[in-house]
Amino acid sequence: MSELLLSIQDLRVAFRMGTQNGVAQRAEAVGRGAEGIGFDISENCTLALVGESGSGKSLTAMSIVNLLPDNAERAGRILYRGQDLLRVDAAHMRALRGREIACVFQDPMSSLNPVLPVGRQLCEPLQTHLRMSTRQALERAEALLAEVGMPEPKRRLAAYPHELSGGQQQRVMIAMALACEPKLLIADEPTTALDVTIQRQILELLASLKARHRMSLLFISHDLGVVGEIADQVVVMRHGLVRERGPVAQIFAAPRDAYTRALLACRPALSGPPPARLRVIDEHMAAPGSPAVAARPAKDSNAPVILEVRSLAKSFWLRQGVFGKREFKAVQGVSFQLRRGHTLGVVGESGSGKTTMGLTLLRLHEPTHGEVLLDGRNLNSLDAGERHAMRRRIQIVFQNPYASLNPRFTIGQTLVEPMAIHGIGASLAEREQRARELLRKVGLQASAFARYPHEFSGGQRQRVAIARCLTLQPEVLVLDEAVSALDVSVQAQVLNLLRDLQDELGLAYVFISHDLGVVRFISDEVLVMKDGLVVEQASAEQILAAPKQDYTRKLLAAVPRGWRAPVTP
Amino acid sequence: MSAVLADGAAWAPASEGVWRAAWRRLRSDRVGMFCLAVVAAFAAMIVLSALGLLAGGWQREVGVPNAPPSFVGPRAAEATGAIDVPKGPNADLSEVDPLAPRYKEWDARAARFRTVELAKLETLPLGADRLGRDVLSKAIKGTEISVFVGVMAALVATLIGTLLGAFAGFLGGRVGDLLEWLYNVFTSIPGILLIFAFAAVFGRGIGTVVLILGLTGWTGVYRLVRAEFMKHAVRDYVRAAQAIGASAASRMFRHILPNVSHVILVQLSILTVGFIKAEVILSYLGLGVPVDQVSWGTMLAEAQSELLLGHWWQLAAATLFMASFVTAFSLLTDALRDALDPKLRGLE
Repeated sequence: MSELLLSIQDLRVAFRMGTQNGVAQRAEAVGRGAEGIGFDISENCTLALVGESGSGKSLTAMSIVNLLPDNAERAGRILYRGQDLLRVDAAHMRALRGREIACVFQDPMSSLNPVLPVGRQLCEPLQTHLRMSTRQALERAEALLAEVGMPEPKRRLAAYPHELSGGQQQRVMIAMALACEPKLLIADEPTTALDVTIQRQILELLASLKARHRMSLLFISHDLGVVGEIADQVVVMRHGLVRERGPVAQIFAAPRDAYTRALLACRPALSGPPPARLRVIDEHMAAPGSPAVAARPAKDSNAPVILEVRSLAKSFWLRQGVFGKREFKAVQGVSFQLRRGHTLGVVGESGSGKTTMGLTLLRLHEPTHGEVLLDGRNLNSLDAGERHAMRRRIQIVFQNPYASLNPRFTIGQTLVEPMAIHGIGASLAEREQRARELLRKVGLQASAFARYPHEFSGGQRQRVAIARCLTLQPEVLVLDEAVSALDVSVQAQVLNLLRDLQDELGLAYVFISHDLGVVRFISDEVLVMKDGLVVEQASAEQILAAPKQDYTRKLLAAVPRGWRAPVTP
Repeated sequence: MSAVLADGAAWAPASEGVWRAAWRRLRSDRVGMFCLAVVAAFAAMIVLSALGLLAGGWQREVGVPNAPPSFVGPRAAEATGAIDVPKGPNADLSEVDPLAPRYKEWDARAARFRTVELAKLETLPLGADRLGRDVLSKAIKGTEISVFVGVMAALVATLIGTLLGAFAGFLGGRVGDLLEWLYNVFTSIPGILLIFAFAAVFGRGIGTVVLILGLTGWTGVYRLVRAEFMKHAVRDYVRAAQAIGASAASRMFRHILPNVSHVILVQLSILTVGFIKAEVILSYLGLGVPVDQVSWGTMLAEAQSELLLGHWWQLAAATLFMASFVTAFSLLTDALRDALDPKLRGLE
């Protein structure tokens, strides 16, 4: 058995929140009351911290290297090779950071300094920690870039961060972390901001580097699929406490904790029969057992076509030089038909034109050419008055529920405004009555009516955004990554809500997402996009079972599938 | 649905709105509240003065010229160097004086008019100027004019800057280009030159000072508001408003404006402070308020010549009033910005 590297014992983290009425306020982030958290990382081992947002997983990791906000207080013990990191002085801690313990963060673009070439940034830890000369450092930096699989490493040394793609930036961050050959690498959601195919590459890179350098990896993620692939040990956290810890096989094959079981169950799967609705964490924890697999009711394949798109294209003009312009084709020749009560899934990597396509459907972007027919009428040839009336019938829900609600409007004002614009409801009282009914329909209390958006969680805000669309009684709803920013359990609730609304109101959805599991759950037909073009278009089952195009196959292969029992011959 | 909640929940009272929350935060700021009290006291003084209840007679010459402040005490009688008046009756010159026969007639005529010799005060609370006018009354009346000019000019500048900035930032394109040109023209001319040009065209008066400062001071607000509108115009909540069919005007002024109002409000108060000081400079240069009115600026301009004679009290009074108002106003502005910034929300 390998030696113990890091041992966290009874760790508690709390934030000082100022004083209110003369009483000092503290918010517990990790640990509750006298109960702290603890786990061990041995040498050459990958430990994954899993949990939803607010579970305290990142704070736990950052308290190891003391990269916490100023108002944080730590208690307990963090033993690194027998030395308590909570009691070492600042100079000693600085020497440990980067040298012994290195970090990789979620967003590589904001973690790299945009005004320095990556070579300079790579040389900095080499020169400060290892006292290398500039030439030695540059040579080492080139070797490091080669090691993390960067093409043309010598040329890349002079490149600025914005000249690299997201995956390449994350490779640079990993190279920086590896510069001093640390014993422990802390990776805080290192692949969350990346596309699935890039995520796959980075995961493989991390695994191979860990094996080669015999270092330990503390991997933080909200995604059980990713964790199952990379981890040896898993620690599941919720509300600042450890719910379960153990070897990955045990966590996935025989989870003991109800929350772990619920987390595993409420993820939309890529295989097996699609359930009619997803299990929600609370439901699952209240009544564990096999999920009720009710077959999905078959959809009417002869339902009338509500939305038809014919060779839709959208170009942006980029300035080049003083007078020059360059055409950037964001969407090229997209065509599809959407029937009432059906869902069209749109998948693709970032930059494939999914969102631009969605915005063009609503004419939030003017299409360059092509036609959008709503209920048989061409939206492009309508005059202003008719277009205003048509606008009501096609609505959009955005990705980020924190940005899509006006912070200065109460929920009530947000819901009443669209009705007032389109003259729905005779009086203010009637509109308010309708708004309250809609709030109930999306599962919010009527008391939410007078509140402001900042008083709600992400999932609740997304419900409000959906309710706002419903005020106009639309027929088509464009959902632009509508559940991507939400935690797994909340995601399941919102997906179920969308399903229910579709059944009840006969809505047609254009569901834009990068998550194939979610798309499979909700869609009838799937459109795969790449570089503004539709690569493949087929029914959801067909695309997943028998993809025709290489690109679709590549996309499917890259989806993390969690832990799988080793196949015994 | 897992989270469908029990019906019949009591209607909760309306949540704390933005302004109410800002007021609550401001109330917990001790410096802010003290400054608010000072500014409120000034405001009350200005209202009373405008109604004529306070400092109405600032133009009366109540004291001896350059009477010192009371706490300094009356000036010691100076040696005049004149010859003493001889004692005893005057020598009788009626024989040689050709006007002698008429003295009696003139005395009789003069007796028909009643003349009152006003007793001029030797000292005044804050002294008197060279005409014997009360410096305290002048300072109070000057506060009214200076603050009125500062606030009105700041309102004009903020209104122009906000409107143009909103159009430039939200619409962009040709409108934006045109407004950028206008902005560049205004900023490329030295400010004082522009002020001279406007002053030459409009002539002298309080209205002119307000217009001059308003027309030259909007550029900073324009720049900030334009940037804010550009940032907000592509935010999801504005897109969402567009998707539900809200008009451009509604998106600009109903959706975005309340979200950038803290920027505008802070600019308004910064400009007020700046314009009060600018009015002082304009009046000092003789381009400000007319001679029959008083402002802190005209007081400072008069003080220049008085200082040579050692009469420092008019300068001190104007400076004291201006410094306390401007300092309190600036600190209040800081407190307001902290209280209004929506980014702070949720952190408390």
